[in-house]
Amino acid sequence: MSRSGIIQFILFFAYTLVQVLLLRNLVLFNTAFCFLYIAFILLLPIEINTLVLMVVGFILGFTIDIFYDSMGLHAFATVLVAYLRNYWLATITPQGGYDSNSTATLSANGLQWFLVYSIPLIFLHHLFLFFIEASGFVLFWYSMLKIVASLIFTTSVIVLLQYLAPQRRRL
Amino acid sequence: MERLINFIYEYRAFFTFLVLELACAWLIIENNQFQSTKYFNSSNRVAASILGFSQSTREYFSLRTINEDLARENAELRTLLERSRQKALLGDAAVIDSARLNQYEFISAKVVGNSTSLYKNFITINKGMLDGVSPGMAAISNQKAVGKVKSVSDHYAVLISLLNVDEQVSSVIKRTNHFGSVRWDGLDMRYSNLQFIPRHAVPAVGDSVVTSGYNAIFPEGILVGVIQEVNLNEEAMFWDIRIELAQDFGELAFVDIIKSKLKNERESLEQITIGEVK
Repeated sequence: MSRSGIIQFILFFAYTLVQVLLLRNLVLFNTAFCFLYIAFILLLPIEINTLVLMVVGFILGFTIDIFYDSMGLHAFATVLVAYLRNYWLATITPQGGYDSNSTATLSANGLQWFLVYSIPLIFLHHLFLFFIEASGFVLFWYSMLKIVASLIFTTSVIVLLQYLAPQRRRL
Repeated sequence: MERLINFIYEYRAFFTFLVLELACAWLIIENNQFQSTKYFNSSNRVAASILGFSQSTREYFSLRTINEDLARENAELRTLLERSRQKALLGDAAVIDSARLNQYEFISAKVVGNSTSLYKNFITINKGMLDGVSPGMAAISNQKAVGKVKSVSDHYAVLISLLNVDEQVSSVIKRTNHFGSVRWDGLDMRYSNLQFIPRHAVPAVGDSVVTSGYNAIFPEGILVGVIQEVNLNEEAMFWDIRIELAQDFGELAFVDIIKSKLKNERESLEQITIGEVK
């Protein structure tokens, strides 16, 4: 396993632990959740294979599901994001393309690009997560409130963390 | 054939996506079926001990409340004990059948994981199959309803909380004896709804809602909540009743699992009867 592979492996556990130990208990106003673990999928190298990405997404989501007692729910949403990620990256390629070996991070491509990249994917993730959990659209507006509040919370945390640790992902 | 294989290979990402999502969908549906012994949930030993670590840190901040609750429960239990001792001394002959007298057994457990803000909330506790917990048992805390056991592993169990949109508890309004079922609407962890109370009943704000004991999971008379708001629509068949839950799920630290010894006997009797009628 290459050096970056080992780092990703450690990061996987770091994200999972932070999610289940800390963020699971941190729900603002009973509506805003922080599903930081999705950042692991978002911030992987740009050139990663979609198949690998989906399998990793499935394992990550499944691990989170074990702790949330929501068998399959997080796995579903995460696999969806993993599948769409590379297509979305291709769609929003900046002029001149991505640098080789580039990561999909804020430090590599700038804040504006990063927001355009991450917000729709995080929104989709939360959309499926909350509507499947509610098993339908009975609680439509309340679910939408949760989705938007969580979107703001999760995105802010992901962006802030990248400002705090700008070097981490270049390894 | 070759073209088919080429086709699948060309769209392999999409097909993998489809397979994975179908697997997830199957897991979600499977998990919604009630009660089972499963290992891929927080009753899993590794998961439960990690959650336990997180919960014990949380608990540190609410020690005072937990202490007060335990002290109050102790006092209540002591009163009950004294009363039953007096009864025994006086030779009250109303209850003779010892099986009925010892119908319920209590297993005390500590909460290691709990959530209140999802639509389907679960509680993980540190007692499992080896301690005598099995799926379908009721959980109470301080004589107030908490939920029922969904799945167990050797040392841990997952409870389906009253704060779960899939959970229904058969309950009665204590004053009028009308029964319905309590079901959470997924909104506020302090309130729940009492459904299926017929039009002719007269529920009032402040009435206690207790478990009915009809489904043999909860014993009769465990407090669920207090009626907070009643509403009757013009053409509705049932009342809209909002109850304030007696249990504060945010502060839950200990629960008692109730083992009903007569449950099997009762259920098999009911099964036989239903079979005969058909």
